[in-house]
Amino acid sequence: MQKRLVVALAMIQFGLAGCVTINIYFPAAAAEKAADKIIDEVWQLKQDAKPAQPPVENKGDVK
Amino acid sequence: MNAMKNLLWILLLAFASSALAAADLEVNTPAIAAIKASMQARHGQLSKFYASGAVGLTRDGNVAVRDASLAPLAERQSMNAAVADENRDRAALYREIARANAHPEWEAEVRSTFAQRWIDKAAGGWWVQNAGGAWIKK
Repeated sequence: MQKRLVVALAMIQFGLAGCVTINIYFPAAAAEKAADKIIDEVWQLKQDAKPAQPPVENKGDVK
Repeated sequence: MNAMKNLLWILLLAFASSALAAADLEVNTPAIAAIKASMQARHGQLSKFYASGAVGLTRDGNVAVRDASLAPLAERQSMNAAVADENRDRAALYREIARANAHPEWEAEVRSTFAQRWIDKAAGGWWVQNAGGAWIKK
């Protein structure tokens, strides 16, 4: 029982070490996600494509 | 025995998920927001040069004048200025993202990630540099 506890504690230690080291490496996937978000905002890809123009309203009622 | 095993698994899963959460990049700082706003305002000016092919997206995450003759003579000076300003903002953006995440040494990797994504997201008809530095039309 005592031995198992030691093993468990050792694994927890490894887990913690993993948490600390993960950010030493460049998080490529997270960076791509962040880049996509910023590019969408700068190029306004997810919103109105032409903010300089006033919003077009329905001139003729199509109903 | 079994309870111990279960506890171990729960702990390991908890660590795995915390490691994943930690892998998100911080991009919401006042400095980054200011650079983004500046670039967004400039995009209205630059987009017509991207479309005409006068300005293209480089493989190193910048923009560059590719063929000035494609821009009207009267606009060339403002185009050059906009390109220089844009590259200054982009350099600051990459630097600030690296700094905001407490890893200034990530700047070059942030830049190369952006370089790829700018090019991937460029509209059809825009000019971009391939890996060898040659200009290709999307």
